[in-house]
Amino acid sequence: MKQSVFKILENEKIAADVFKMTLSGDISEITAPGQFVNIKLNGFYLRRPISVCDAQDGVLTLIYKTVGGGTEKMSALGAGAELDLLTGLGNGFDTDRAGDTPLLIGGGVGAPPMYLLCKRLVKQGKSVTAVLGFNSKKDVFLVDELRALGARVLVATADGSLGERGFVTDILPRDYSYFYACGPEPMLKAVYGKTKAEGELSFEERMGCGFGACMGCTCRTRYGNKRICRDGPVLKKSEVIFDD
Amino acid sequence: MTDLSVSLSGIKLDNPVIPASGTFGFGYEFSDYYDINVLGSISFKGTTRDARFGNPTPRIAEIPSGLINSVGLQNPGVEAVISNELPRLAKCFNKPLIANISGFSVEDYVYCAQRLDGVKQVGILEINISCPNVHGGGMSFGTSPEAAARVTRAVKAAVKKPVYIKLTPNVTDITEIARAVEDAGADGISMINTLLGMRINLKTKKPTVANTKGGMSGPCIFPLALRMVYEVYEAVKIPIIGMGGVSSAEDVIEMMLAGAGAVQVGAANLVNPCACFDIIRDLPQAMSKYGIENLKDIIGGAHNG
Repeated sequence: MKQSVFKILENEKIAADVFKMTLSGDISEITAPGQFVNIKLNGFYLRRPISVCDAQDGVLTLIYKTVGGGTEKMSALGAGAELDLLTGLGNGFDTDRAGDTPLLIGGGVGAPPMYLLCKRLVKQGKSVTAVLGFNSKKDVFLVDELRALGARVLVATADGSLGERGFVTDILPRDYSYFYACGPEPMLKAVYGKTKAEGELSFEERMGCGFGACMGCTCRTRYGNKRICRDGPVLKKSEVIFDD
Repeated sequence: MTDLSVSLSGIKLDNPVIPASGTFGFGYEFSDYYDINVLGSISFKGTTRDARFGNPTPRIAEIPSGLINSVGLQNPGVEAVISNELPRLAKCFNKPLIANISGFSVEDYVYCAQRLDGVKQVGILEINISCPNVHGGGMSFGTSPEAAARVTRAVKAAVKKPVYIKLTPNVTDITEIARAVEDAGADGISMINTLLGMRINLKTKKPTVANTKGGMSGPCIFPLALRMVYEVYEAVKIPIIGMGGVSSAEDVIEMMLAGAGAVQVGAANLVNPCACFDIIRDLPQAMSKYGIENLKDIIGGAHNG
């Protein structure tokens, strides 16, 4: 974990309510795909946790959706503005467990961490398939970027305006060695129920601190209580318990 | 040369800055950010007799200049705290600790206090009769002078170490509770715990935190906490550990002028993991600026006479 100041290089809209921000700064603590940063914004008391989309050569890429006052304020920031970030938060995905044909599943703003994950897996010589789900064509992002990395990309939209009509769980390939999923909880629950292979799921929860101090984001697992921010956000399928 | 040292019931602290219970875990998470031995002490995560999961999530809501939490005393239980957490903390912190204890009955409080009284690392027992996030215990002891006195007497009779009672601001007259615990033998008072509040999520039109209500903390409560410390200082003779929204060296000085003998820092740790480090670093300069040489001398300095 590290606290440091980053400078915004670019901040542009890439889909409906979705922005891509690149920043320069010290990314040395970002060690695994699936980790997140926690951002201090003027006028808001709590930091905003955002997953890492890419981190390379001193440049951090974040893709985030405007869901409230904080992220709206973030979307209005321009190049040159400085932000106080906590980096290297969360456990991230375990790329050693991927097998030869890993499957990446991203729903909406759960898709961004799949980029760095895909990059690492392709580099290891894996044959990667990514399944992305969105509500509608206007919400879609990251498809071309994942294809450019060499992944096979399948897309589903709830209204059928791009790719297959339906949810990610409607277009899962038949065979894969292991899966990695990130998205809203109903999607994770469906993925949990429909996947046959082992895998990992990245969860979202309202956080206080983002580094394990306040116990604001605790969940139950088969191996005891875990803090989504510190012991997660990635949990193994074998330890996940869904409520009700 | 500025002197930051203070003492609480005979225990000397290098400086008055103490992370508040519930905002600092068991300390070691923060040693990634700085050497936590700079701290005056640490009030560790509220400990109960049995392990507790706490309340359902979401447990956190943002408010202007602060947050609401409804964690609900999640902790691994006193035995696990003694056998796992405290030895781990001992590797990065070597000063006397403040053991924050919660319970659901007088017997619970006494049991945990006795267990932690026997731990060498512990310097002070801080009895939390003010958690707003649990039912059938916690704050219900802190809102009645009789119940507060009952817990205080029972714990005092069972332990050797100094006993500080942590008070809730969710009462009509906090001085009444403060006097009751002083009369019952408390060695000191910690105040204030969080203020009961709530938010409603406009998208779902339901309370933002799953437990409906939670405790407010952060800079928004600082003036209220300061006022209460000021009032209690005039009502009792025992030392006060002041807290509530403290976020800067200047806030520490204000809190001490109101009557605090030491100061806890809570919510600030959650947004700036180095908050306590920064406050301790900034204190000498802030003292010089306001002509203060010795922090001990300013305790209660805002009062007349």
